[in-house]
Amino acid sequence: MHNAHAQAAGMGGMRAAGDLVARLQMTRGMRLAEAKDYVAGKLGVTPFDLSDPVAMTDVRNELGFGRIHSYAISQPWQANMIEAKVNIARVLDVPINCVERFRERTAPVATGGR
Amino acid sequence: MADGTFVRLTRGEIEADLVAGSEAAVKRAKVPPLSDDEIGHLLDIYASPARFTGVDVGDEVVLSCDGTGMKTHGTRLQDLQSYEQWMGADLLELCVGDYSLKVVRTILAYEAQYMHDALLATVAPLQYGVMPNLGLYSKPDGPCDNWNELLPLGRIAEARASQEEAVEMAVVDMVHLADSQYEAGADAIDWDTTGASGDPEFLAALRATAIIRGKYPDLGVQLGMAGEFVLGMHGELEWDGVRLAGLWPREQLLLAQKAGATMFGPVVNVNTGKSCAWNIARAIAIVKPCMAVATIPVHMNAGMGVGAVPMFVHPPADAVCRAAKACVDILRLDGL
Repeated sequence: MHNAHAQAAGMGGMRAAGDLVARLQMTRGMRLAEAKDYVAGKLGVTPFDLSDPVAMTDVRNELGFGRIHSYAISQPWQANMIEAKVNIARVLDVPINCVERFRERTAPVATGGR
Repeated sequence: MADGTFVRLTRGEIEADLVAGSEAAVKRAKVPPLSDDEIGHLLDIYASPARFTGVDVGDEVVLSCDGTGMKTHGTRLQDLQSYEQWMGADLLELCVGDYSLKVVRTILAYEAQYMHDALLATVAPLQYGVMPNLGLYSKPDGPCDNWNELLPLGRIAEARASQEEAVEMAVVDMVHLADSQYEAGADAIDWDTTGASGDPEFLAALRATAIIRGKYPDLGVQLGMAGEFVLGMHGELEWDGVRLAGLWPREQLLLAQKAGATMFGPVVNVNTGKSCAWNIARAIAIVKPCMAVATIPVHMNAGMGVGAVPMFVHPPADAVCRAAKACVDILRLDGL
């Protein structure tokens, strides 16, 4: 069922920019058009590009947003997982809860680490 | 059909079912009927012999994928990574198989630790999902007298008092869950199938959401419903001066966004004895009034047995994709 929905109507998650738009909806309560405009503006692309896996794979690579794992394109120097979310928070200019926690927990104890 | 079985219908029969589904929504939910253009568009979708269809390029929406991390085919983390990497999920959800709030309340620390670890190894936004399932707060599963046993005996006041007691407990548990998940770093909380136990359960979700919004301004709260209509199991409960029993999706949405939810999931249940065409027209007509008043994303539920997706554990792909396209095209949804 998920696959049918994804193929019929989904933005493609990390294949494109579905995860980025979802993040604005989920934590900022932005409706779809507003969220697409916001993300597209921050990335310097059009809202149409956000569902295009070809365009977004390049953008994600340049910005260190993490990409679908593939032996063809994945390299160990690329940001992924929590590293990618640090970059996403910075570029989209939205705080990401786990990134904030990661910074707290990896800070020197004297400045608030725990 | 909405039970998943194939049936052969003429174009005229499909059109008749679409009109009848719209009229059923008008009669039951007191909503406007679908227009001739909307019926015509749905007819093109549902009369097509194509095995698969989809929205126009550029019209894609966000999919709020619940139940993506529940040990379907690996560990829960592996499930989350599979959905993210292989299925292209727009967002992820960590949960336990039982999915009930009262079950999760006993393992909050374990769930928070798992969320903490999962967040280090995923990119897509990750929410924690539970269903409030207020029924588990009643005996023999919980501490409150069982209102479903009291009501048939005519002990209305006792049943209502027991439901109110359960609401208080559930609100505390929902806020504690949010506390622990926020501390772990979660992006959002998902109250799924809200209102399955009627108006007291919807009240608990609204009250908890308002408290969480005040405590954690950046934490997402997705509020998804269990049914199209809030059952009046209590009948007199109100939130913000609005009686909850009998509310349809538009009024449910207004309360959810006022409480501070960041996403709302309306539900329209299927009638398994009717065709998918009948069900999609009815579902869209009932949800359509939401779209004009929504200030938060509306992710219509389109899973097994809701939103004209057949009541079958692996619904036929052609029925799923027709429902997805129909809902997005007509309603201009924010997600599914």
